[in-house]
Amino acid sequence: MMKASTQHEHMSAAGRDLDEAEVLRVENLAAHLHTGGGVVRAVDGVSFSLRKGETLCIVGESGCGKSMTALAILGLLPRPAGRIVSGRVVLAGVGDLAMLSAEAMRKVRGRSISMVFQEPMTSLNPVFRIGWQISEAILMHEAIGREAARARAIAMLELVGIPSPETRYDAYPHQLSGGMRQRVMIAIALACQPQVMLADEPTTALDVTIQAQILRLMNRLKTETGSSLLLITHDLGVVAQMATRVCVMYAGVIVEEADVGALFARPLHPYTRGLLAAIPTSRSGGARGKLSTIAGMVPNLARLEPGCRFAARCPDVHDRCRMAEPPLAAPEGAGEGGRGVRCWLHLSAGPVAPALEAAP
Amino acid sequence: MSDATVPVQDATESRTRHVLRTTFASWPAKLSLVVLTLALACAIAPSLIAPRDAFLQDLSLRLLPPAWEPRGQALYWLGTDQLGRDTVARIIHGARITLLVSVLAVVVSAVIGIAAGLAAGFYRGLTDAIILRLIDMQLAFPLILLVIAVVAVVGPSLTNLVIVMGLSGWPRFARIVRGSVLTVRHLEFVDAARAIGASQFRMMAHHILPNIMSAIIVYASFEVARMILLEATLSFLGLGVQPPTPTWGGMISEGRRYVNQSWTVAIAPGIAIAAVILAFNILGDALRDALDPQLEDRT
Repeated sequence: MMKASTQHEHMSAAGRDLDEAEVLRVENLAAHLHTGGGVVRAVDGVSFSLRKGETLCIVGESGCGKSMTALAILGLLPRPAGRIVSGRVVLAGVGDLAMLSAEAMRKVRGRSISMVFQEPMTSLNPVFRIGWQISEAILMHEAIGREAARARAIAMLELVGIPSPETRYDAYPHQLSGGMRQRVMIAIALACQPQVMLADEPTTALDVTIQAQILRLMNRLKTETGSSLLLITHDLGVVAQMATRVCVMYAGVIVEEADVGALFARPLHPYTRGLLAAIPTSRSGGARGKLSTIAGMVPNLARLEPGCRFAARCPDVHDRCRMAEPPLAAPEGAGEGGRGVRCWLHLSAGPVAPALEAAP
Repeated sequence: MSDATVPVQDATESRTRHVLRTTFASWPAKLSLVVLTLALACAIAPSLIAPRDAFLQDLSLRLLPPAWEPRGQALYWLGTDQLGRDTVARIIHGARITLLVSVLAVVVSAVIGIAAGLAAGFYRGLTDAIILRLIDMQLAFPLILLVIAVVAVVGPSLTNLVIVMGLSGWPRFARIVRGSVLTVRHLEFVDAARAIGASQFRMMAHHILPNIMSAIIVYASFEVARMILLEATLSFLGLGVQPPTPTWGGMISEGRRYVNQSWTVAIAPGIAIAAVILAFNILGDALRDALDPQLEDRT
């Protein structure tokens, strides 16, 4: 216990540079995967900040580094290939997670920050009762008795909207549907009342009606428990329903950051515009018309060309895009709070603008 | 469309029951159960079951043929050995040592093998490489030679035998466990456990081991059969449990010299070995089928 408390003091010292309202700030985070095909820069200098009670959505297509960002924050990068190479992950009251030892990080996971995975069908251990699995999460972090943990677990089951929680406590995962299992996963993630819950595509594996239920549930729980939500998704519908702020990721970097309203009202980056155009609407042609797509593929993150990462697919590409990578900066004439875009179109036309971050 | 309508059944009951019912569904499995129960009963209380003292020598009755042959005596169903000891009694007493040694040896190799296999499959990297090379080294070394060397140094006691046999079995166990761990460790519930702060030991003990237990149980049942055979081989070579303690392998070894005068002395314990091994293998097969969800006929 002594060790833990001294460590805690040290941590809170490191966490002091967070604003009052901030619970999680990621600064210039870079995570590399060392594979047979070279070093994949899966997360290449990502910065964002999550405020108390806020939902931050990270949106982007497959392979753009969203999940890797989440895993890097939790210290769960695949080993031995994955490694955080630079940057800070500052969690309120804890400090820089990237600097913690494996054991200290283990104590943080589940207690101060937790995660809900994409696949509810396989995220629960098939050989244990769900109640046991929730109790386990509590007992790992808190010195309370089995009975107390059981009571808490039942309360959690009730909180996530599982009917007759007393009976369900003794159910096995295979006896529950996908939606119910995801509720259990959320109960596990929230069992120790973490400040931040990460959710990596929590509704992708569920059917549409259940998706809506789970999203509503997460919104409700966020308000009730006062935790903040970092939601990773590729579904702009989910973003519109859930987000306070949005970060659009492409090829390992954030290309646009904005409040949700501003993003949908006036998307700036060509990639964001492409994503929004690709949403099927009742006007976009129905049976006759083709859905809009963004041509091309995400570039190979092991062999990045110089210049803007989106240049090869960008409809508005010009010479400058191929020469240098734009920084993530406030767009020209931005009055809107905290908006950022990584595109030369929206940066002052002069010589390369001073970057907000260390230029590569 | 509500996701709240799946009824909760009592699942432990149904799972255990289901496995038992499926395992013993066929008649060979039922017969195997009878054979093993009999063997177990002999092992637990040989004096209650045996018709007479297994150690009582009577040179006037040496090498009697079985009861149904012309020279046979009605009370000695399977005849007697070269010292006039009753073969039936000796087989029944032999079950105790044979099964004890085999099961303990499997326990020893399971403990070492599970620990090594878990470590190799979970940590991968250097740990994995070292353990795999150890496995290769041991499997490349002739077992009998190893046992001869060890017994020559420490002497052929029951404990030594169990340890040596146990050590001979761990590499196979470790391989099976390692393979199973590799398939389980990437399932999401292991990552999920990590994400709520489970320690490495906890992940291995609570999240990986229970999920590979069926493979271990099935392999152990085959391994018991192999150990019975190994014990018989070692006894046959005179490296096993020493006389006068009866073991099945030792009986074959002693009896083979008199096989012309009384064939049952060597053949009868051989049949006992074959029957028990067959029973273990059939049950192992049935258990594997019952525990394998892909072969399950229910939804």
